[in-house]
Amino acid sequence: MIRFLLRRLLLTIPVLIGVATLVFALIHLVPGDPVQAMLGETASPEDVADLRSRLGLDRPLAVQYVDFLRGAVTGDLGTSLRTSQPVVAAIVERLPATVELAAAAMFVAILIAIPLGIIAAVRAGTPVDHVATTAALIGISVPNFWLGPLLAIVFSVVLGWLPVSGRGTPAHLILPAITLGAPLAAILARMTRASVIEELRELYVLAARARGVSRARAILRHAFRNSLIPIVTVVGLQFGAVLTGAVITETIFAWPGVGRLLIQSIAFRDYPLVQGCILFIAVTYVTMNLLIDIAYGWLDPRIRYE
Amino acid sequence: MLRTGVAILAIMAVAAVFGPALSPYDPAAQILPLRLDGPSLQHPFGLDELGRDILARVLAGARISFVVGLTVVTISATVGTILGAIAGYFGGLVDDAISRVVDTLLAFPGLLLSIALVAVLGPSLTNVLLALTVVGWVGYARLVRGQVLRAREFEYVQAAKALGAGAVRVLWRHVIPTALPAVVVQATLGMAGAIIGEAALSFLGLGVQPPTPSWGTMLNGGRAHLLDAPHLTIFPGLAIALLVLGFNFVGDGFRDLADPKGQR
Repeated sequence: MIRFLLRRLLLTIPVLIGVATLVFALIHLVPGDPVQAMLGETASPEDVADLRSRLGLDRPLAVQYVDFLRGAVTGDLGTSLRTSQPVVAAIVERLPATVELAAAAMFVAILIAIPLGIIAAVRAGTPVDHVATTAALIGISVPNFWLGPLLAIVFSVVLGWLPVSGRGTPAHLILPAITLGAPLAAILARMTRASVIEELRELYVLAARARGVSRARAILRHAFRNSLIPIVTVVGLQFGAVLTGAVITETIFAWPGVGRLLIQSIAFRDYPLVQGCILFIAVTYVTMNLLIDIAYGWLDPRIRYE
Repeated sequence: MLRTGVAILAIMAVAAVFGPALSPYDPAAQILPLRLDGPSLQHPFGLDELGRDILARVLAGARISFVVGLTVVTISATVGTILGAIAGYFGGLVDDAISRVVDTLLAFPGLLLSIALVAVLGPSLTNVLLALTVVGWVGYARLVRGQVLRAREFEYVQAAKALGAGAVRVLWRHVIPTALPAVVVQATLGMAGAIIGEAALSFLGLGVQPPTPSWGTMLNGGRAHLLDAPHLTIFPGLAIALLVLGFNFVGDGFRDLADPKGQR
């Protein structure tokens, strides 16, 4: 297990360096002068030169790159042009809101997907299965930037049951969590269905039934438990979609998380903050994938020895 | 499911090609006294905040969605297939280099890198196509690499090499064709992804800019009128969902046809 762990960690390091390199390169992709773009066309040459110096963009590229990598490791990603707040502090301030939303979305997704997937698997080939499968496909096809406003129209505008934006009470979390969790629920339901169907075909399930185990117990205690590994893997892999979906969902519902911070910083051309948010989200995603890999190796010993 | 998907796509394609010509209204024409009016016989989808006919704009937006989907998928699939085939066939340093680039790009979840690219390059349809393509090719490269790793050991491939066929001929005539069914499935689903990607970027204000009628831009405009004009949100979103559903149905249908185990 230790060798497996070390191997995974070593494989992650070049990926993290690649991610940081790409994020560093972003500011240099800005057409024309990035500093002029940040300050606007009316900025004076003195202000442009001053900001260029403060951002270190007047130094050789290699020096800038090494400094950026060092800053990424030590947690110094510069300061926001708009608020002068350290980028890392700005992200950390918004992080709890994003974690809360992501966790709630995952909870909603699992709550919907697992029962739906199991029912579809148990009734495979029947109209119940067709309805569930089609519902899941519709769930994948409906974009969250449409679902969110639709839910807001029904539950906030028409019925007046839930607030349309902001954060503060549990009621504020419901619509954003459903918006973010619904596509994940659809993917998870399909995965659960496929995984449980696979397990229900196994001989040990037939053996359990032959020993007198009830159908419900055979499904839930045997087939479903053994189908959990691929389901858990999909949950982990979809974490990336949750992170990106959070950018859109937070924008729709004015949820004060890292995703909304990213969009606001883009609107203000606050490139240090844009870089910081992108780097943070990407590193979080890579770290989550690493943890999922490790958990998968722990759950399934065959993986460790590949 | 495949037939349903094909039917949906056929209807949407006909609407995209002929709809704007058949619509009595110019998507950019403003009838300000009727702004935000709901659906009626004259304007089945209603009018937007500038008095523009929403049906005309949805039909015009369909063209943009199809163009985006076809462009992104064509370029991504071509580049990804070539690079994936090279990586899988030659192995060694070439494979390592391409795989590291793939791993780095895949380290960015979903649309994040596309958002970042459009943020720095500036919002426009061209930059959206570029951003989605830069991210889109990696899935095809990884898929084709895996297929080629398997196919290069087939006996007929070994026989072709033994008969003196060069690498290009072996790849083009014998190896890449084995990956094509999987690429077709991926491309169909990739169309759905590209359409949602463009709409999402436009929704965030990073894609197609007004007054060009992108569905995502229309949805963004509808956010300010959820209370007084929900039809601004309903119809463009419905169009996106239908088109994406059609591609997902077709992609699933192709996958079921290609899957020898026939899992349903």
